[in-house]
Amino acid sequence: MTTIESDTHAEGESAVESVTVRINNNDVSVARGATILDACTASGIDTPTICYAENLTPVNVCRVCVVEVTGNRTLVPSCSRLAEAGMEIQTDSDRVRHSRKMVLEFLGSSVDLSQAPEINQYSVRYEADVTRYVDDREVIEEPIRIQDELYIRDYDKCVLCYKCVEACGDDAQHTFAIAVAGRGFDNRVSTEFDVVLPDSACVYCGNCVAVCPTNALQFKSEFDLRRSESWREEEQTVTTTVCSYCGVGCNLELHVQDNEIVKVTSPVDHSVTHGNLCIKGRFGYQYVGN
Amino acid sequence: MADLKLSVDTSTDAERAVVDAVIAPADHAVVYETERVVRGGTERRRERRHLLLPGLHALQAEAGWISPGGLNYLCGALQVPPAEGFGVATFYELFRTTDPAHGQSVHHVCMDTSCHIAGAEALARSLEAEGERVHRGPCIGQCERAPAQFIQGRAEPDRVPADAASIADPTSYRLPQHGSSKLRLLHRVGVVDPTSLQSYHDHGGYAMLRYAIEIGSDAVIDEVKSAELLGRGGAAFPTAVKWRAVADERGRPKHVIANADESEPGTFKDRIVMENDPFALIESLTIAGLTVGADNGWIYIRGEYPLATTRLRNAIEQCRIAGLLGDNVMDSGARFDIELRRGAGAYICGEETALMESIEGYRGEPRNKPPFPTTYGLFGEPTAVNNPETLLNVLDLLEVGGDHYRTLGSERSSGHRLFCLSGHVRVPGLYEVPFGIALGDLIDLAGGSTGMTRAVLLGGAAGVFVGPDQLDLELSLEAVRDAGATLGSGVITLFDDTVDFTALVLRIAEFFKNESCGQCVPCRVGVTRQHEVLVEMAANGALSDERNTLIDDMATVMRDASICGLGHTASGAVQSAIRLGLVGDRP
Ligand SMILES: Cc1cc2nc3c(=O)[nH]c(=O)nc-3n(C[C@H](O)[C@H](O)[C@H](O)COP(=O)(O)O)c2cc1C
Ligand code: SF4
Ligand code: SF4
Ligand code: SF4
Ligand code: FES
Repeated sequence: MTTIESDTHAEGESAVESVTVRINNNDVSVARGATILDACTASGIDTPTICYAENLTPVNVCRVCVVEVTGNRTLVPSCSRLAEAGMEIQTDSDRVRHSRKMVLEFLGSSVDLSQAPEINQYSVRYEADVTRYVDDREVIEEPIRIQDELYIRDYDKCVLCYKCVEACGDDAQHTFAIAVAGRGFDNRVSTEFDVVLPDSACVYCGNCVAVCPTNALQFKSEFDLRRSESWREEEQTVTTTVCSYCGVGCNLELHVQDNEIVKVTSPVDHSVTHGNLCIKGRFGYQYVGN
Repeated sequence: MADLKLSVDTSTDAERAVVDAVIAPADHAVVYETERVVRGGTERRRERRHLLLPGLHALQAEAGWISPGGLNYLCGALQVPPAEGFGVATFYELFRTTDPAHGQSVHHVCMDTSCHIAGAEALARSLEAEGERVHRGPCIGQCERAPAQFIQGRAEPDRVPADAASIADPTSYRLPQHGSSKLRLLHRVGVVDPTSLQSYHDHGGYAMLRYAIEIGSDAVIDEVKSAELLGRGGAAFPTAVKWRAVADERGRPKHVIANADESEPGTFKDRIVMENDPFALIESLTIAGLTVGADNGWIYIRGEYPLATTRLRNAIEQCRIAGLLGDNVMDSGARFDIELRRGAGAYICGEETALMESIEGYRGEPRNKPPFPTTYGLFGEPTAVNNPETLLNVLDLLEVGGDHYRTLGSERSSGHRLFCLSGHVRVPGLYEVPFGIALGDLIDLAGGSTGMTRAVLLGGAAGVFVGPDQLDLELSLEAVRDAGATLGSGVITLFDDTVDFTALVLRIAEFFKNESCGQCVPCRVGVTRQHEVLVEMAANGALSDERNTLIDDMATVMRDASICGLGHTASGAVQSAIRLGLVGDRP
């Protein structure tokens, strides 16, 4: 008994820095605390993700990132499962491909993915076929919520990735203006009793808009241009600048089309903002323009 | 922490009064002074948030719904953001967030398996014809007396009409096996007075807690280990492993939880035990707590069990007075107390991590595992969750000793098992038999079937159908697993050849569609699309090859990629019904 304990201990100590896992029959070492997704990325494997974001706590709900780990009855979400020494991982087995394809079919059969190019690329890669479902099926049907001049919410496009909820809550803004309400297929991101945003706790930081992968949340400026069919992303230029409203020093990326700022983002890898801004940085350009 | 922004809706005096009764005003997380939060903070919010669910129950009972003003007051008191409070309220079947515009009680009528074939719809219609408010819903754990109803009270307490006899005479309940000398788990049911601690003592109660204290924690776990006790909640996990893991955690508060959510269609065993022998659950949970070194015990009971809730509350009170709960349990020097929490209509809250989220005041969304509850459980602290039947077995194995207990049952499944028989069987009810009995023999014990058995549902909605050729099947975990089936929570529902299986399977699919928490994509969309394919099948009368492939494809992703057991098992009954030719009209 004692020997086993001291063995484990010794092994634990030597492995403090890194762990080695086997992915698709190749060894790869990553820092302890890294996820399987990190290990896949380190081995050059492109893993689809939808609900994962570098700057948010993994909620592991979309399940598009699943991989096969020997010894596990079910597939495991690579975005949240930590890499453990000796794990045998398959990322492109029939089982993995099947689950990824089905997740993409399920989303495609439920919501409007027309403004989610990344997800559509995955759907092509995994040959998702949304036409094989019952024609008369339940889809998400919600009126577009236009409640102010800053951003709109079009939940027909929402894949319920929880990113906006996390950005508004524990992970960035600590405002908790929105949460998931309902149950099952009726789940919706909502304010309390679906009150309009101006009556909610929302402080219009726009951090939720920044993390939304499907354009369900959209800057009003973008929404208006798209509606008048004059949104031309390929013509837009992006200029990086430091926000001048206060002394924090947030980096701003100004997206400009026809000499007008049409949207403001912030780099996710920036040490101060991690992609987050406040109302002044995010929406202040509207007043700059005036 | 940011200050909460609450809407302008104001609460009524009555709403404030019922919330204050749940959360003593001095305990409100903040004191308002010119609208500034002067006391509070995230920590304190976390500490009090577990009162959200009891607060919502109080508001619902008072006003018939969770009004914006009522929610505001509750959220203000607990410092829970109202958007999150709304998210929690909308998660549960027993809470409404729209004004019902009437003051009547609501009759919840079960539409599932046993009630489905016993005239549930007719009952619902006759109640409506009498002018009652009816809600058609999932199984409410009274399958042996189908069709079942539960009345969610307005200006009267919640009640179940069928409980009247037991309320009038607490020892009047009769098991089909009443008086049998073979009962080890149910021997007190219908014999002991469930409202009296003295009566429990008179029938041998609390001898095992005394014994457990005497031999100490390690010895208790050794007994449980040599008994090879496996959990009765569905997953058949070794109880000793779980207890050892929690016992070995040091330096943090710990918890034990009795999972009495009992919502698997066809299951009613825990209810009968809690109604008729509630002190046995208190005693066994106390043993669990002292053994793993937990100060805190919780019983999470489904909201549709008013009599069991009353009996447990009364039992907890009496035990506190008698020093069997509290700061010095039975003079052992150990502290242990139990809090009872009512669920509010959500099958998923029986999943152990969803249950913890629910107690903590969040939506009942299961957590991804690992980490497991033994290290990261309730409030992130080490926790052992057990089914009441599992705990009851601990009393039995301590009494006879683990080694002897191990000789009961089958090769790999030790001890006695409770089975819930309902449907087309002559004497539906709760039966206690050793593991390993043949399915046909158990049915004979219940008086045989009432018609030509066409199929038996093993394990409830999350289980599978087997055909009448399986009457020889040995009811042990190993034999049933080999047969590709499951015992789950001990459900055995019989269906004869008059049953419309298409309608039945459609209802099972609807159950999953209604009960999925909706958190993960495979299950949220999978249970919805599965139901749609079956609706189409019902209209066409047959299932095409493409549709059958789609059913299998969906089943595979739900089993492989869902977060929790609900998604993993949501296709089992459907696929087995197709395989057995009960539905789909396939070659
Ligand atoms: C959807 C779902 C519902 C469940 N419902 C219950 C329940 O009502 N009661 C129960 O004891 N276990 C239930 N379980 C199993 C629990 O997660 C857990 O395994 C069990 O409570 C552990 O107790 P045991 O080891 O004594 O069996 C459920 C699991 C799932 C996936
Ligand atoms: S804009 Fe900011 S405060 Fe408003 S909902 Fe989005 S994240 Fe929350
Ligand atoms: S609105 Fe966007 S970010 Fe929010 S859950 Fe839906 S898809 Fe995700
Ligand atoms: S499998 Fe279903 S019930 Fe379980 S977490 Fe996923 S959506 Fe929720
Ligand atoms: S990216 Fe891993 S579950 Fe969504």
